[in-house]
Amino acid sequence: MQISMTINGKEYSHDIEPRISLAQYLRENLNLTGTHIGCDTSGCGACTVTVDGAAAKACTLLAVQVDGSEITTIEGMANGNEMHPIQEAFKENHGLQCGFCTPGMVMTAADILKNNPNPTDEEIRHGLEGNFCRCTGYHNIVKSIQHAAEKINA
Amino acid sequence: MIPAKFDYIKASSVSEAIGLLEKHGDDAKLLSGGHSLIPAMKLRLSRPEVLIDIGGISGLNSISEDGNEIVIGANCTHADIVNSDRINSDLNILAQTAKHIGDIQVRNRGTIGGSLAHADPAADYPAVVLACDAKIEVEGKGGKRTIPATEFFLGIFTTALAEDEIITAIRFPKVANGNYQKFFQSASRFAVVGVAAVKDGDSVKVGVTGVSGTPYRATAVENAYSGSSDAASHAVDGIDDLMSDHFADEEYRAHLAKVMVKKALEA
Ligand SMILES: Cc1cc2nc3c(=O)[nH]c(=O)nc-3n(C[C@H](O)[C@H](O)[C@H](O)COP(=O)(O)OP(=O)(O)OC[C@H]3O[C@@H](n4cnc5c(N)ncnc54)[C@H](O)[C@@H]3O)c2cc1C
Ligand code: FES
Ligand code: FES
Repeated sequence: MQISMTINGKEYSHDIEPRISLAQYLRENLNLTGTHIGCDTSGCGACTVTVDGAAAKACTLLAVQVDGSEITTIEGMANGNEMHPIQEAFKENHGLQCGFCTPGMVMTAADILKNNPNPTDEEIRHGLEGNFCRCTGYHNIVKSIQHAAEKINA
Repeated sequence: MIPAKFDYIKASSVSEAIGLLEKHGDDAKLLSGGHSLIPAMKLRLSRPEVLIDIGGISGLNSISEDGNEIVIGANCTHADIVNSDRINSDLNILAQTAKHIGDIQVRNRGTIGGSLAHADPAADYPAVVLACDAKIEVEGKGGKRTIPATEFFLGIFTTALAEDEIITAIRFPKVANGNYQKFFQSASRFAVVGVAAVKDGDSVKVGVTGVSGTPYRATAVENAYSGSSDAASHAVDGIDDLMSDHFADEEYRAHLAKVMVKKALEA
């Protein structure tokens, strides 16, 4: 089936099988391997991207379902060599260890901060309910997102 | 994990979707948010040959007021419900409930129509549609009909929907005094037990999810409410199919139901 969508500001068009998930399409057809696949069944959030500005788990969307949408993946966050403030904040606050969950964390953080530019720690923790990290213990992730909020609001 | 092969058709209207359901019968399934169906298809718990995507049908995602009622299109996402001013002010119990479904990503994609049609025994909305006496508006080859929430749920993953029927909207009365109490399953965030209570003077309507395979109205609690300070002790009266799993066995679940009903009555 023919689909086309805008990903990180660029138009893409492909003929793909309907059973291919958005996560697979990004990784295998477009080589955008920043979107990670952990559980592949909507539990862990590693595959989070934004679809028309709202965070979504790309493993649980068929690529054909989001035909015509605007997608942002982790690769679309930086502005050239300049990292996005959320990425900067994760780097500065040790918000990652192995980094597997990080793209999903950053994309979910973008949704959290878009809807709530001054979140409390508790609101951030609730916002991350769909994202698992097996390394950091979450404290530094919450700290990173707080710091990102400060940077964005500055 | 990749689901088994299927044909995918994007329906552009309700009548087109009904025509496709009629044509493909048992082999077809509707797709809205996909947040119950796609994981099930990956795990081969579900294997439709034709997927009819109703996600893009215009007119199924509005939230409107009709006299004393609020009409919510089947394709409204949990996030649409959380963010609706109208629902927050006139049907606050539903906004409270939607806020605690899954996580941000799930709320951005999952829909109220999909959740009701799926009838997961641990889903949250069933308790609320029951306590509010909401009506499920459906359309099929025989035309439109309205199913009262109390007649909609027939069992685990089983509803009164016919094979060719689509939920188009859910019609709620405005509710001034209602609350939803959820005991979270700590890993999945689904409800182990969820209780919705809608109070009006000295009467109450109570909907319970997560306890029986079929969500139910706790009529014994409702009947005892005005005269008794111990109405919550009747939370599982007459329920003979208490669910049991590794998170909550029957005895624990029955106890939890009483505790959550008490909380909802006192909130
Ligand atoms: C990680 C995770 C956590 C979750 N946590 C919760 C939770 O805490 N509480 C909770 O209640 N739910 C929870 N859910 C389920 C979520 O709310 C689903 O979105 C919802 O159950 C199904 O809605 P959907 O739009 O995604 O439906 P789909 O998956 O698209 O469809 C589900 C079923 O309904 C049918 N269907 C869909 N739309 C219609 C319609 N309009 N008319 C007739 N049939 C239709 C489909 O054919 C299918 O059989 C969770 C899901 C995930 C993935
Ligand atoms: S890989 Fe998508 S949620 Fe885990
Ligand atoms: S940094 Fe390793 S899983 Fe989060």
